[in-house]
Amino acid sequence: MNYIFYFLIVFSIIIGAVNGKLQDVVNSVMSGAELSVKVAFSLIGIMAFWLGIMRIAEKSGLLAWISKVLKPITRVLFNELPEDSPAIGDIAMNFSANAFGLSNAATPFGIKAMEELQEVNKDKTTASNAMCLFLGMNTAGFQLIPTTVLAVLVGIGYKNPTEIIAPTLLVTLIAFISAILLAKLGQLISNKTSICKIKNKEVEND
Amino acid sequence: MTKLLNLISLWALPVLLIGVLTLGICKKVPIYEEFTKGAKDGFKVAVNIIPYLVAIVVGISMFRASGAIENIASVLVPLLSKFNIPADTLPLMIVRSLSGSAALGVFSDVANNLGPDSYATKLAAVMVGSSETTFYVLAVYFGAVGISKIRYALIVGLLADLIGIISAVLVCNWLFA
Repeated sequence: MNYIFYFLIVFSIIIGAVNGKLQDVVNSVMSGAELSVKVAFSLIGIMAFWLGIMRIAEKSGLLAWISKVLKPITRVLFNELPEDSPAIGDIAMNFSANAFGLSNAATPFGIKAMEELQEVNKDKTTASNAMCLFLGMNTAGFQLIPTTVLAVLVGIGYKNPTEIIAPTLLVTLIAFISAILLAKLGQLISNKTSICKIKNKEVEND
Repeated sequence: MTKLLNLISLWALPVLLIGVLTLGICKKVPIYEEFTKGAKDGFKVAVNIIPYLVAIVVGISMFRASGAIENIASVLVPLLSKFNIPADTLPLMIVRSLSGSAALGVFSDVANNLGPDSYATKLAAVMVGSSETTFYVLAVYFGAVGISKIRYALIVGLLADLIGIISAVLVCNWLFA
C-alpha cells in the first residue's frame, strides 16, 4: 500500500506538471479530501440501518442457518476459516445484497464480514488469505441486474435496454470466477513462499 | 425473463425486511432493542474508514486531474482499432477500477454523445454494469478493520477487472457487432 500511495501522488504531480495541469492537480487534493469525508458521512445512516437489521438476523438464528446451508461451498473457498465462523453468514448476506442490486446494504454486510475475518486473523495489520479472497470476489461486483446502467440507457431513449442484462451477467460471472481462481492462486503462491522461508530458517539454525 | 429479473430487483429489499423482522418476532427476539444496538456501530465504522478513504480518494483524484488517463488513452488508441474496440470506451476501461462516479460519468457521456444505436454505448454499458470500483472496495473494507498490508488483494482485483474488460469486448463483439 505504501508504494501505491507514493506512486499515485508523486506520479500525478509529475505528469500533471508535464501536461500543464499542475493547478488542477493541486485543486484535486482539496476536493478529493472533502469528497472522501462526504462519502464516509453519507454511509453513516445506511450503515446504521443495515447493521441494525443484521443484528436481528443474527439473533434470530438466520445467519447461522445461512452459513449452514452454504457450508459445502464456503468450506472449499474459505478453507482457512474455522468451520463455524460467523463470517460466513455475513459473507453470504453481502453477496446476496450485491446480487440483488442492494449495494447500499452490501457495504455494511461486507464490513461486518471483514470484522469477523479480522477476529481470526493472526496479524492484525496484514490481510489474511480469506480477506484477500473476499475482497477479490467483491471487486468483481457480481450483480443480477445493473440498475444504474439501465437507468442511463432508458434516459437516452434506448429501445430495448434489457438486452444488456444477459451479456453483463455473463461478463460479471467470468470476472467473479477469475477473481476466485486468482485469489486461490495467490494463496497457493504465498503459502509456498512462506514455507520456503521457514525451511530456510531451519537450515540456517542447523 | 427480463420482466422476472426486474421484479426480483424490485422485491428483493421488501422481502428481506419482512423476512428478517418476522423471523425475529417469531423467535421472540426484542427486535427494537437489538436493532438499535446494532445500529450504534454505524457511526463508528463510518468514522473508522475516513483516514483510508482520504488517502485513496485524494490519490485517485490527483491521478485523474493530472491528465495521465488521457495520455495512456492516446498511446493505446492505435492498438484498439485492431480489436474492433471503439476509442470512446477506452477512458472507461482505465477509470472503472479507480472511481465509480467517474466511470458512470464517462458512460453517460458516451451514451449521450453516440446515442442508443451505437456499438460503443452497448460495450460501455456492459463494462460499467459488470464491475465494481476496486480501489473503493479496497479502501472501505480493509480500512474498516485497519489492514494496511494488503498482500495480493489489489493484484487479484485489477487482474479480475482486466479479464472483465477482455470478456466484455469478446461477448459484445459476438452479440452486437
